Formats: sequence, C-alpha cells, structure tokens
Amino acid sequence: MTSIGTSADSVADTRPEIAHLEGVTEKSRGPWTDAWRRLIRNKAAVVGLIVIIGFILAAIFAPQITPYTYAEQNYLAVNTAPQWVIDLFPKMAAMGTENGYVRVNNDYYLGTDNVGRDLFTRIVYGARISLSVAFIGPLTSLLVGTIYGMVSGYVGGRVDTIMMRFVDIMYAFPTLLLIILMMAFFRASFTQSEAGTLAYRLNKIDAAFGGMLFIFIGIGLTSWMDTARLARGQVLSLREKEFIEAAESIGVSDRGILFRHILPNIMGPVIVRESLAIPRYISTEAFLSFIGLGVNPPTPSWGNMISEGAQAVKSYPNQAIFPALALFLLMFAFNFLGDGLRDALDPRATKEA
Amino acid sequence: MAQYFARSFVGLLVVLLIVSVITFFLMHQVPGGPFAREKKLPQNVLNNLNAKYNLDAPVWQQYLDYMGDLLIPKITTGEYKYSVTDDHLINIRLPFGDNTTLRWMNFGPSYTDRTRSVNGIIQDHFPISFQLGVAAMVVATIIGLPLGTFAALRKNTAFDYFSMSLAILGVSVPAIVLGPMLQYVVAVELNWLPTTGWGSFQQLIMPAFALGFAQSALIARLTRASLLQVLNEDYIRTARAKGLRNQQVVWLHAMKNALIPVVTIMGPLLAALITGTFVIEKVFGIPGLGHYFVVSINQRDYATIMGTTLLFAFFIVIANFLVDLTYVWLDPRIRYND
Repeated sequence: MTSIGTSADSVADTRPEIAHLEGVTEKSRGPWTDAWRRLIRNKAAVVGLIVIIGFILAAIFAPQITPYTYAEQNYLAVNTAPQWVIDLFPKMAAMGTENGYVRVNNDYYLGTDNVGRDLFTRIVYGARISLSVAFIGPLTSLLVGTIYGMVSGYVGGRVDTIMMRFVDIMYAFPTLLLIILMMAFFRASFTQSEAGTLAYRLNKIDAAFGGMLFIFIGIGLTSWMDTARLARGQVLSLREKEFIEAAESIGVSDRGILFRHILPNIMGPVIVRESLAIPRYISTEAFLSFIGLGVNPPTPSWGNMISEGAQAVKSYPNQAIFPALALFLLMFAFNFLGDGLRDALDPRATKEA
Repeated sequence: MAQYFARSFVGLLVVLLIVSVITFFLMHQVPGGPFAREKKLPQNVLNNLNAKYNLDAPVWQQYLDYMGDLLIPKITTGEYKYSVTDDHLINIRLPFGDNTTLRWMNFGPSYTDRTRSVNGIIQDHFPISFQLGVAAMVVATIIGLPLGTFAALRKNTAFDYFSMSLAILGVSVPAIVLGPMLQYVVAVELNWLPTTGWGSFQQLIMPAFALGFAQSALIARLTRASLLQVLNEDYIRTARAKGLRNQQVVWLHAMKNALIPVVTIMGPLLAALITGTFVIEKVFGIPGLGHYFVVSINQRDYATIMGTTLLFAFFIVIANFLVDLTYVWLDPRIRYND
C-alpha cells in the first residue's frame, strides 16, 4: 500500500535522522514534535487551526464582544437588518424604497430575528454549543470506545466475541433514529423526575448547560463503535509484540500493560479517527437542534437558528444564511485540520474517505 | 456461502427485533401519552381511550399484541371492510375462493390522526421520501464517481486538487446549511426553480442536490483512493505489459475492482438518504415520511413511531445485507466458507 501525496512528508521524515546522525545542533525530537512540524507545514490545516482558534476565542469572550445578551428581545426591532446586509442580499428591499419591507436598523451588526434578538450575539453564543460538541463528542467517544475496544481485544476469547457482536448490533442500529428517540426520552422523562434522584440532578446539570448534557450523552452513546473496533484491532496486533511479552515477563499487571504500554501506542490512529469525526458531531448537534430536540430555547444553536431562519428565507435571508455560514466555516476548518492531522500523525496511511 | 448468507439474514432479523424492542420500551418510558393535553382530559374519557387503543395493558402485553398484529398474516374472504385498525401493507389476492386475500403487516391506527392508519400514512408519504432519496443518490453518483475517477487518473494535477477541495467542501456542508443557501440563491435570487413544494421535476432538483451533494464528496474521495490503489497493483502492470490500451486498462480492468468499496457504501448511503430526509423535507416543504417520524415522537403517537422506525430500520438493515451480496458478485476472490 503506497502512500499518496505524502512524498513531501517522507522527505521531512528523513531529515531529522540525518541531522541526528551527523550530530549537528538539532536535538532529537519525539514523534509528537515531528507530527506537529508536519502539521504546521500543511497550509490548509494551519488555516483550519486559525479559524478554529478564532471561533474558540469568540466563544470564550462572547460576553465581552457581543453588544446584547442572546435572549434579549427587542419588540421594536423585529426582523430588522442593517443597511449593508440589505445591500448584500439584492432581493431585500429597505422600507421606504419601492416594494420595501425590511426595517433598517444599524444598531445590530447582522440584523435581528423574528422576536427581535441580535443575530450576531446569537451566532457568537452558538459557537459555544458547536465547539463544546466538537471537543466533548470525540472525548466521550474516545473514552468509551477506546476502553471498550482495548478490553475486548486484550481479554480476547469469548468475552471478545460477545463484546464485538454487541458492536455489530449497534452498528446495524439506525443511529439517527436511535439518537432522536433517546433525545425525546431524555428531554421528556428527566424534566418530570422527582427531586433528589439521579435523573433530577442530571436534568439540573443539563438545564444549566442549556440542554447540552443530553446532546453529549446522545452523541457519546451512538458514536463509540468505530473507535472500539479500531482500538481492538490495534490491541490485537500489539499484543503479540515483544515489548508486551517483556512487560509481562517482568510481572507488569494487566492494567499496567493496557494503560502504560498499549494505550500510548494506539493513541495516534484513534486521535486521527476522532478528529476526522468532529465535523460529524457538529452537524449532528445542529441537526438535533434543527428538528427541535437539541438545546433548550432560548439557548442559541446554529441548528435552531437555521431552522427558524429557513422559514423566512425569502424575506429575511440573513436570518438563515449567517448562522449557516458560521456552521459551514467551522466544519470546513475541522475537516481541514482533521485531514492535516491524519497526514501528520499517520503519514503512511492511504487517503481513504 | 449459502450458509453464510442464511446466517447474516437471520442476524438481520435479530437486529430488527432488537430495534423493535428498544423502540417500543423506550417510547413507553417517555412520560406523557398520546392523549396527554395541556388541558387534562376527564379521567373516564382517558380510560376509554386507553382501553380502545390497548394502552391499559402491561407494556410487554402491548408489545406482543403489536408484533402479533404486524407479523401474523391473516386470510380474509368475501367482502372486506376497511378500517384504520385493520389496514395491511401487504394484500395478496389468492387464486381461489370468494375474494380470498392474504393480508400481512398491520401497523395499527394512528393515535393522533383518527381517520388514518399508520399503513395509510406510510403508503401516502413514504414514496415521496423514497423518490427524494433515490434522486439524491443519483445526484451523488453523477457528481462523485467521475470526479473521483478523473482525480485519480490525473493525480497531483490541478484537477485533482480542485476536486479534492470540492470534496472537503462537500463534507462540510450538511443539508441544513446547503438547503437554505440553495433556496436563497437559486430560488429567491435567480428565480430559476420554485422555493418549496413537491410534485414537479423542478421541485425535485434542489432538494435532491442539497441532500446528495455531501454524499457525492464521500463517493469522490472513496473512488479516488480505491482507483489509485488498484492502479498500483501487479495485474494492472501485467495488462499494460500485454500492450492493452490505457483506456482498456482503466475502464475494463481497474474500474471493476476499484468500484468494490464504492458500491459497498452505496447501499448504506442510499438507506441513509432515504431515511435521512427530515431536514430537507422541512426546508423545502416536502410532504415526506420524515416529518411524520419527528412529529410522531413529539406527540407520543406510539403506532406511528413504531411503524416509521421499523420501516426505516428495515431499509438500513437490508442495505447492509445487500452489501454482502455485492461483495461476492464484484470480487470473485471473496468466498464465505467459514
């Protein structure tokens, strides 16, 4: 299996070794430093990284950079748009001009929605939701999937068969249907739970995060199977290696072998897989919020903003197009970064879909 | 091999059974029934409704009754009177007796729409989702396959970079982004196509594109990777050494093997497209089944939830099963002997 488009990388691979051999100034570098170097040499990945950092900063400093709060409604400024937005969308016509219907209000950078909330503020706060999913989604999937796969692969035998059969069933399960059902279940049953129970506490946490907790749980429960299979496969091939045998012979415990010796060796491919899955988590959250099972209103998510805006796309395209652009930009950035990470961490891997 | 397929067919039934169990018990766990209203119904009315729809029985009893109605075929003779509780998806006239008919798959009545059976809802609206899904698949294939193929043949050229950038673009625009954007640009601004609605070919174009574009990116990437790999194999070199023309080598020898991974994802892709039309249906105002699926969950319309979930699950599971079949057909080296 030859690599595609990684000729530059393989050149980069040899360089540090030569430097090392010649004993010149350069210090020896670990694999992560090498990966980082490869990553920042990839222009698309760097652009993606910069965009993501921009979004992260906006999300962190949302209260500072937004002029309003995301729930603040101004009934005197419903469905308004500033002049530059009206100019941007040719079919929008300002009130006062021929067939004009849009109220001009330059106090809001991107205009307001149909209850008079600032679009810019809501988009910035929406980044918090999407980014949280982008980080916690892979984390849950990584945690559940890696441990599950490692245990399955390391214990082997009958346990392995049963655990993998369960993964097969989960695979065949229609993910989208399951996640929709689960969200409906969480939303309805936990809000009516009695005080003091676990369900009640979970619901409180969920409410505090604007409904994100259940999205994390939903995504986590439906996305760990890929990682589990990958981790298991890696463990199976590593288990036969000499260094594991050596560790066993000096009496390292099973847990020690799994977490100290095997885990660091399988992290590369697992991280690549997870980073490539990030755009999927982001779009899953947006999808759930779009169909009304995501975040609780009035918490803004790009998904529910697009859903509300899409109903008025003829008259007020800004209400749907701006959040859609934000969503697109973030997914694009994560796709670029994910591709870059794959090339950097796993230069020998063929480019598959 | 027959044994292998028999086994994976049984596995398919098991998955469907598990789907039905999980769905049934999960939805009955959700508080609030189909008749819960803002203003509470009088207790005796509620009791009567629950009795009428068999909701007063224990859940496992309800499950068995439901599955019994669904799976046990029945034979009717003579005059048949339609009712929402007795409406079957499959009706086969048997060639004897007085109007003897084998009826199978009774999905029960809708709990929220008293004049319709779930079977009626499926028959009215599923074909729409199906057409949309198939049209999206056609779009995805027409764009993705040539793009991936030519990107591989012109590897590391401008065209290759262009089409792979397009592919990254494709996976970055989910339907909820592409839908409203297309709608604005193509329908509102350019006025080429109608914004919403269903029925004419013009109304099909945008939704099909919005739904299929992301998948075309997947197909393009996979085709490219797989064709590149195949072109490096020994038998391709042999074919070239024999003096075959490049066209022949690529299209006859390489493509057949390069398409194996592509074809294998097409089944699940098609299933995902058919069952994943909710967003597009909402954006473009298309009366498909996805809408009923989402609404039925919010309304606790148990029968409609079960009917639509099982139908969607059936398509997804069947698609996975067909993948196994196409593997064997396309690659004679694959033998299932274990």
